[in-house]
Amino acid sequence: MDTPLIEFKNVTKRFGTRTVLQNVNLRIYAGEVTTIIGLSGAGKSVLLKHIIGLLKPDAGQILFQGRPLDGMSRSETAASLAKISYMFQDNALFDSLTVYENIALPLRETTRLGRSEIHRRVQARIEQVELADAVNKYPSELSGGMQKRVALARALVTDPRIVLFDEPTTGQDPIRKNAILGMIAQYQRKFGFTAVLVSHEIPDVYFISNRILALYDRQVVFEGTPAALEAFDHPFNDDIRRSLEELERELTDPYARKRFAMTHRELEKKKQINQIHGSPPNGQGA
Amino acid sequence: METDNPRTFAIWTRPFAALGRTAIAWVNNLGALAIFFLLASLKVFHPKQLAKIVQQIYDIGARSVLIILLVGLFTGMVLGLQTYHALVTVGAQGALGTLVALSLVRELGPVLTAFMITARAGSAITAEIGIQRISEQIDALDTMHIDPLRYLISPRIVAAVISFPILTALFDLIGIIGGYVSGVILLGANAGAYVYRVQASMELKDLTDGFIKAVVFAVIVTAVCCYQGYFAHLREDSHGARAVGLSTTSAVVISCVLILVADYVVTALLI
Repeated sequence: MDTPLIEFKNVTKRFGTRTVLQNVNLRIYAGEVTTIIGLSGAGKSVLLKHIIGLLKPDAGQILFQGRPLDGMSRSETAASLAKISYMFQDNALFDSLTVYENIALPLRETTRLGRSEIHRRVQARIEQVELADAVNKYPSELSGGMQKRVALARALVTDPRIVLFDEPTTGQDPIRKNAILGMIAQYQRKFGFTAVLVSHEIPDVYFISNRILALYDRQVVFEGTPAALEAFDHPFNDDIRRSLEELERELTDPYARKRFAMTHRELEKKKQINQIHGSPPNGQGA
Repeated sequence: METDNPRTFAIWTRPFAALGRTAIAWVNNLGALAIFFLLASLKVFHPKQLAKIVQQIYDIGARSVLIILLVGLFTGMVLGLQTYHALVTVGAQGALGTLVALSLVRELGPVLTAFMITARAGSAITAEIGIQRISEQIDALDTMHIDPLRYLISPRIVAAVISFPILTALFDLIGIIGGYVSGVILLGANAGAYVYRVQASMELKDLTDGFIKAVVFAVIVTAVCCYQGYFAHLREDSHGARAVGLSTTSAVVISCVLILVADYVVTALLI
């Protein structure tokens, strides 16, 4: 396989006496949608903040296109990180700036684009995320879902090569949730960026993910396709399966319920066949 | 002997150890503050700074004008009142203008202006930056590859260095008018003598010394207030909104103490 775009080698992170990540190894490949799943408090956001450079590992290495970030010069590191955009779990919008100013901020501060070009790009993103009526409003005047869309527009306005999404659909109603996941998938195909999601929305994220990374007990215990995860025999998967069964009951859309049931039953069948024949799962336990 | 016991020895030395730790922490913080200020100052000369500097001059300077005028007027009036009655006892009420003008221009103007800006704008700076820190807005700047020191701190430093001397001049002027109101209009001192004494007793050095103090205070207030807000999330005694509140209190208290310490040091150097 190609050189991973981002690779973690034995990354360990501690906060005081608490170890959040221990010897984490993972690979993220260019042009894919990779989703990091795990229980609440498992360190998914911490992992994501290591990729963008907000946190530094206490031990281990992070490699960008095969080169360790800690071995790069400051300008090389800056150039590598400049290709990455980040969407925060709580949006982190500037509450003293309007929606328009929030989305325009990265272009105004980091590029030499003219005012009209900035306006064109910002306006395009505003229309794509359906925020045309809210351009002059402040974040505090918007619903949680609208704030999420502003954060999404801001993350995408610089046309980044890698976009990190920290819980992009949390707090959204089912229609908006599907719309945001659909939008991520659509933009990912359209612009060809590499998407890394941290999400609890299982199985919704499976539909747009090429690869899943499962974080369990401070380590990545699984790397592989969503289908392979179903066949992966690990205590983590039992938790996921239980949550899937609970989520199935919560699906409101009849089409989604039907599609979910079909997918879920299919995967269950595959797992049983694998167990009978003793064949290894498609993914790989990390 | 009792002091041979290590535990007894430890009890005796504990206060000194605590004092030493506090002193080391203070020195560490002052060093960090100096580096923080230096790094932010180096980012002042950036092409995209002008609009932000103008905005900060409005926030720190223009919006403080009213309170400065009010405090300056009453400070001058009280000074005129007290000084007049003291001078009458020695029959030297003609020196009223000299005393009011020199007290204001050399000491009261720069110090009280700095106190008022600390209370009004300094606390707001700490609270705003602190909230931006705990709500991850500063982290968001980092992820957008916008230098937070350049974007948030540098414009405030420049704005304060511009605003403090102007507001100090305004305070001095309105204070002298206040002294005139209470001393001349209300108490009946000679108007011509007051104005003449104000003009004659003041030298250019008095004004420049006052402005030097104003610039020093501007640096202290912005550095302390921005630093307290910027690192509000690292407080060991609290978290979240409470940390922002305590940082704001610390910023105001530390600024006021450092203003008085710096006032003595600068006066001693300039005198």
